[in-house]
Amino acid sequence: MNINNNNNIGYKTYLAVWCCLMILTAATVMAAGMGFGRYGSLASVLIASAKAGLILLFFMHLKYETFVFKLMLLAAILTMAVIIGLTFFDVGFRDGGR
Amino acid sequence: MTGAQREMSFYESGNGHTGILSWVLSTDHKRIGLLYLFSMFSFFFVAVILGLLMRLELIAPGPSIMTAESYNAMFTVHGVIMIFLFIIPGIPAGLGNFMLPLQIGARDMAFPRINLMSWWFYMTGAIVIIVSLFTGGGPPDTGWTFYVPYSIRTGTNVTLAVFGVFLLGISSTLTGLNLVTTIHRLRAPGLKWFRMPLFVWSLYATGWVQILATPVLGITLLLLMMERLFGFGFFDPARGGDPLLFEHLFWIYSHPAVYIMILPAMGIVTEIIPVFARRTIFGYKAIAFSSLSIASVGYLVWGHHMFTSGMSDISRVIFSFLTFIVAVPSGIKVFNWIASMYKGSIKLSSPLLFTVSFIFLFSLGGLTGLIIGALATNIFVHGTYFIVAHFHYMMFGGTAFAFFAGIHYWFPKIFGKMYREKPAITSCIVLFAGFNVLYFPMFILGLEGMPRRYYDYLPRFHTGHLISTVGSWILAAGLMIMFYNLIRSIFIGEVAGSNPWGGSTLEWTTSSPPPHENFTEIPVVTEGPYRFRK
Repeated sequence: MNINNNNNIGYKTYLAVWCCLMILTAATVMAAGMGFGRYGSLASVLIASAKAGLILLFFMHLKYETFVFKLMLLAAILTMAVIIGLTFFDVGFRDGGR
Repeated sequence: MTGAQREMSFYESGNGHTGILSWVLSTDHKRIGLLYLFSMFSFFFVAVILGLLMRLELIAPGPSIMTAESYNAMFTVHGVIMIFLFIIPGIPAGLGNFMLPLQIGARDMAFPRINLMSWWFYMTGAIVIIVSLFTGGGPPDTGWTFYVPYSIRTGTNVTLAVFGVFLLGISSTLTGLNLVTTIHRLRAPGLKWFRMPLFVWSLYATGWVQILATPVLGITLLLLMMERLFGFGFFDPARGGDPLLFEHLFWIYSHPAVYIMILPAMGIVTEIIPVFARRTIFGYKAIAFSSLSIASVGYLVWGHHMFTSGMSDISRVIFSFLTFIVAVPSGIKVFNWIASMYKGSIKLSSPLLFTVSFIFLFSLGGLTGLIIGALATNIFVHGTYFIVAHFHYMMFGGTAFAFFAGIHYWFPKIFGKMYREKPAITSCIVLFAGFNVLYFPMFILGLEGMPRRYYDYLPRFHTGHLISTVGSWILAAGLMIMFYNLIRSIFIGEVAGSNPWGGSTLEWTTSSPPPHENFTEIPVVTEGPYRFRK
């Protein structure tokens, strides 16, 4: 719906976002080798989320959309987060949390 | 309206095709809605017959008319058809498709081609399921929940049936996408959010549940297929998998799916009550927001299906607590419906009779749901006929009765004909009586310890089963009266005017049946719905 706005995005922005994605990919590799132990997965998930956020905002033009579209995406992400969170109340505490 | 009545209806308007092609290739939301209704009720009758046969088998202890294997296959196919082919697509894809653009003053759905594609996915899924009955190892015997590890190991044709359900999931997601987009983008000028009919609000909440929850089912069923075909080991404990993961994933979809079934039913009830009580609805915003909160909280309660499955204790306590929260918005709706009728000029026509039957049966189903939602009592009745009774009170007594109410309410609009009122009233009374005779004994049987899904039972359960089977015959008689009356009226019913009930929502401002693009001129809305007194 905001085609005019999308036309204003320059190649510089796309290039900058791409560079960020590359840096974050490198960060994922480095984090895996740093021996974070049980927090390694958390680091990977956080970096991957940041990358997904950049793609959504710039490549999928969410940054230039109206509030309602952002709200819709937020609802979907929150639903998924809650579902995963509630599932872990079972997985994390099954057999007395062993 | 006199001018509108002379307008060519959508039945007469061509779309470049003739005969059956003018239906199965049509992108008109009204034709697609009718395609859905016709297909769904065809499948519904097959499942009703299977249900009657199951009840006949259970009329007395010991084998009566079929083997145990046939019984297992029958309750699986009965469940799969009723859930995935009738009651989930039922109101949103059938009546929702037909009525949504009319109620918001639009000419069609936002994505007409996707709408047609959704029906094709639905039919393809249905055909795949039918093929699964007669090929491979024969009809699936897992129950409609396809629980692992049995569904991984059984030699019956589970893979194909599951693929059919996967296709139905695509259909449902596309319908949800169309509902949400249409409501956001195609409302008539002046039709602000809080001027929308409450059926539209319920379809909006339903659409979101379809979009967010159905893909989880698709993924789960794909994993199950891969497990059966390639032995991946996601769910099979023998390969290091977790069978409870399947139950989590299945119910993450299937509990919200209960709200795909019941929310639009609640929407229909909310439409009918003001028209036949000649009063504006009590608590418009409370009802609108309760639809959204049921849809939201509905995502948080799936674990109550798994209280006896071996989940962690803390998880069981949390899910039990959350389950009670969902009763609050449901209660708000029931109290608002009753308050809307209070001091109204009530005309007990057949749509309202079906509606008040719904309120009674839904309340009974909902209150027994609290018994099941409470962790301690759940342990006692889980896996018994109590669950079967509760489920049917919600799904048949709730959704199907509201569906029938909606069919009677919008029949004159859809077909431009009026049915005979006396047989309609009779059918409702017979259905109500048959329903209670069929399902109420199941509550008692469940409390006495009769396990669900069993082919045979101890002699002490005989009386309850006998009464229940007799109830199934009464229910079937009610269905026959109702459908005979409706089908007859399509052909030789009296011509209905554009607004026979004196309704105040937009669909009643156009002719019956509506013209191809619904309105000669797109209406401009200046006030909310349900205004009967100027």
